[in-house]
Amino acid sequence: MDMDRNSLVEAYRRMRTIREFEDRLHKDFAGGEIPGFVHLYAGEEAVAVGLCSHLGDGDFITSTHRGHGHCIAKGVDTAGMMAEIYGKAPGSCNGKGGSMHIADVDKGMLGANGIVGGGPPLACGAALSAKKRGTDNVVICFFGDGASNQGTTLEGMNLAGVWKLPVVFVCENNGYAETTSYKYSVSGTDIAARARGFGMPSVAVDGLDFFAVAEAAGEAIARARRGEGPTFIEAQTYRYYGHFEGDSIAYRDREEEESFRSRDCLSRFRQTVTSQGLVEAADLDAIDGAVAAEIEQAVTDALSAPDPSLDSLTTDVYVDFPASQLWMFQDEPVRV
Amino acid sequence: MSVVTLAQALNRSLEHALAEMDDVVVMGEDVGRTGGVFRITDGLADKFGPDRVIDTPVAESGIAGVGFGMAVGGLRPVLEMQFMGFSYPAFDQIINHVARIRHRSRHRFTAPLVIRIPYGGGIGAAEHHSESAEAIYCHTPGLKVVVPSRPGDAAGLLRSAIEDPDPVVFLEPIRLYRSVKEDVPDTSFTTPIGAASVEREGSDLTIIAWGAMMKEAREAAAALVEQGVDTEVLDVRSLVPLDVESLVASVQKTGRAIVVHEAPRTVGFGAEIVAQIQQRCLYHLQAPVERVTGWDTIFPLKRSEHVYLPSVERILAAANTVLSA
Repeated sequence: MDMDRNSLVEAYRRMRTIREFEDRLHKDFAGGEIPGFVHLYAGEEAVAVGLCSHLGDGDFITSTHRGHGHCIAKGVDTAGMMAEIYGKAPGSCNGKGGSMHIADVDKGMLGANGIVGGGPPLACGAALSAKKRGTDNVVICFFGDGASNQGTTLEGMNLAGVWKLPVVFVCENNGYAETTSYKYSVSGTDIAARARGFGMPSVAVDGLDFFAVAEAAGEAIARARRGEGPTFIEAQTYRYYGHFEGDSIAYRDREEEESFRSRDCLSRFRQTVTSQGLVEAADLDAIDGAVAAEIEQAVTDALSAPDPSLDSLTTDVYVDFPASQLWMFQDEPVRV
Repeated sequence: MSVVTLAQALNRSLEHALAEMDDVVVMGEDVGRTGGVFRITDGLADKFGPDRVIDTPVAESGIAGVGFGMAVGGLRPVLEMQFMGFSYPAFDQIINHVARIRHRSRHRFTAPLVIRIPYGGGIGAAEHHSESAEAIYCHTPGLKVVVPSRPGDAAGLLRSAIEDPDPVVFLEPIRLYRSVKEDVPDTSFTTPIGAASVEREGSDLTIIAWGAMMKEAREAAAALVEQGVDTEVLDVRSLVPLDVESLVASVQKTGRAIVVHEAPRTVGFGAEIVAQIQQRCLYHLQAPVERVTGWDTIFPLKRSEHVYLPSVERILAAANTVLSA
């Protein structure tokens, strides 16, 4: 596929940023400062970046509980994300959502989602709005092998087919829905084949190969922009860490993990672009250093950032919190 | 007898039911090979095999709906929803079908199933993983709703729920899974659904709570007793059916009551309890009944959790209000 040097450098920078971000969270989670459940995307970078490399801010994505990679690939600011994951006031969502609920509408990131299968109907609705408004914007709907079994996903695929919506369904098949293998939970095990039943083109790609993903994504997105309807991509990938931080990963064997790690998407990208003389290794090294510094700064800032204020409990529940319900906050002494 | 956590008590109760009742089947996401996200079904698949302890795909509506069909077909499924928020995708099956089949079929079909839902806050997670939506289930005729706060009650109430001929929503306070321990019989036993438990008798004030809030209720009561306020503590245990008689007897005796729950206040189950008290105890009341509850907002992330969840201090402030009225 044809990508100019700048695009390749940018794709590498985003994949590297996701990896650095997630590795850092994995390391720091044990410290106990990060609240809630955290699901890391490390290993799957080529999928989010392969898709989002083709998008602009006017295009939308929907995400999952494993959403950090999608955010970074779509251009969401890592400092805001890190503060959000630490539950701090300057976070992307003012520290109210944490890891599983990061959203940034300015970047077309419609939200990570704690509910498996929460994204597809939302993606279809955003696509229908893009179509009705007469834009050529598209929506990428990221979900996992687990969500491929949810009714909402199948309902969304049907609607997208019926209304020829500009959606690309991207199933990130990382092998396991929480702790259960897709070989057990997905009837037929061929997730891509399901989409053909809804009358849309569907392809399975090596999700650890950035170029394979980007090529399939380019075709699907162009098709959606032309008004020809949805496409389905099953990206076969792997998550390096557990379902959540703290998962003992008793359900995978180390040999399997090693076989996927040996095909690491970042190493392969680096190998491909340097061996073909597309980007110098030194330039990639410089990106590694800059990204490491960026994430270090994001963590430092997140740690020193203030907690959400008490008032934040009543903001953004409604446009204006109903005065008739406000009394309960004023009536009792509140421990701060 | 042996000292076990609430999580262990549930595990043993499930084990006893599977061993003693051929029609019991455990089903849910990751409940088999992994033993459940909170390890409540740990070891059961090894003992009883994959036909009795069934791993499902991630498909909550499907789990509830298939469990419904299994129950109609003559089994007693015990379904697990991993978190309260994950039970919402199953609302259609639970509310439209599970709760109504007895009525709809004029009693020819029934759904004797149990829906186990780990619920509540205090674990640092945001909304879907922390909230308390018991009122929605209580507001659905046809469902029973049970909430244990002690290991013994957890085991006994779960067995009663499994044996119950009607569908039971069985709420498990996540925060208490491993933080409370007590002596529990080693063999199976039942604790009746529909009976509250008076944990401490007192004559000055009744604190009414359930689930994880029993911890704060007990601590507040201990502090009040130290101050010379003879406080009665009532663990509701069964929201539907509600043991109105025990509530009324207690409040008629003390004349003062505080209801504590971590769900948002408006239309929380505390409102029903307060309504029952005002109707049946009005002339015994020495003060208006106070509610100490979560706020009418989305459950916050960890850093504001302590502000959202009712605290001992807030219960004591409410006690001060009702005692000085």
